[in-house]
Amino acid sequence: MAVTYKLIETVTVGSGGAASIAFASIPQTYTDLLIKLSLRSTNAVTNRNVYLNPNGSSANATARILLGDGSSVSSSTSTRIIGRDIPAASATSSVFGNAEFYIPNYRSSVAKSISADTVMENNATASVSSITANLWNVTDAITTLTFVPEAGDFAQYSSASLYGISNS
Amino acid sequence: MATKLVVDCSTGITTEVELTAEEVAQREVDAAAWAEAKELSDAAEAAKASAKASAESKLKALGLTDAEVSALIG
Repeated sequence: MAVTYKLIETVTVGSGGAASIAFASIPQTYTDLLIKLSLRSTNAVTNRNVYLNPNGSSANATARILLGDGSSVSSSTSTRIIGRDIPAASATSSVFGNAEFYIPNYRSSVAKSISADTVMENNATASVSSITANLWNVTDAITTLTFVPEAGDFAQYSSASLYGISNS
Repeated sequence: MATKLVVDCSTGITTEVELTAEEVAQREVDAAAWAEAKELSDAAEAAKASAKASAESKLKALGLTDAEVSALIG
């Protein structure tokens, strides 16, 4: 039976925090990639965005973000591969936000669409959930994925898991 | 010096690596961009709140009750 959904690697941030999390030498044997993240930023605000740099690059990206915070909805754009708000140091303590990035056809020789689905998680009246349609307008196969908080570091116990998805 | 976690998927080994000068520079750009966006967002919120208070005041001056103003603009 074909392995269609396989955990490739998982990593958890240690006590010093981490400025970024990178998956390198990604196997070129799957059809799609899925990354599930549990994140918190150390920055002294309530929430921060998370960026994804394919092959270490922050360029050639566009995004459309749809966002709801419990009382209003909005849309916006970005020139980064982005997942909106994860909790930061001023959010409810010890709470981590969830984020998921899906990358179909990561080995293809055309531009890559990358969808992101995030929820801030916050034990308070205000929280944020979002979905994002990202485009990385580069034809290279993706071999490295680097996740970066908008500011500050990823807090201890933040984690990221990379899955390979096969179509058969 | 800030460090990043790098997982080598071919070996399964995770290492802690110092950021390159390029990555440090990108971090600074990101932080500055966020600060600028937040400043604009805060200013827009303040302007909206001020306009709402002004509208309420003018409606009351026309003789509307608090309930009527609330029904109109929440």
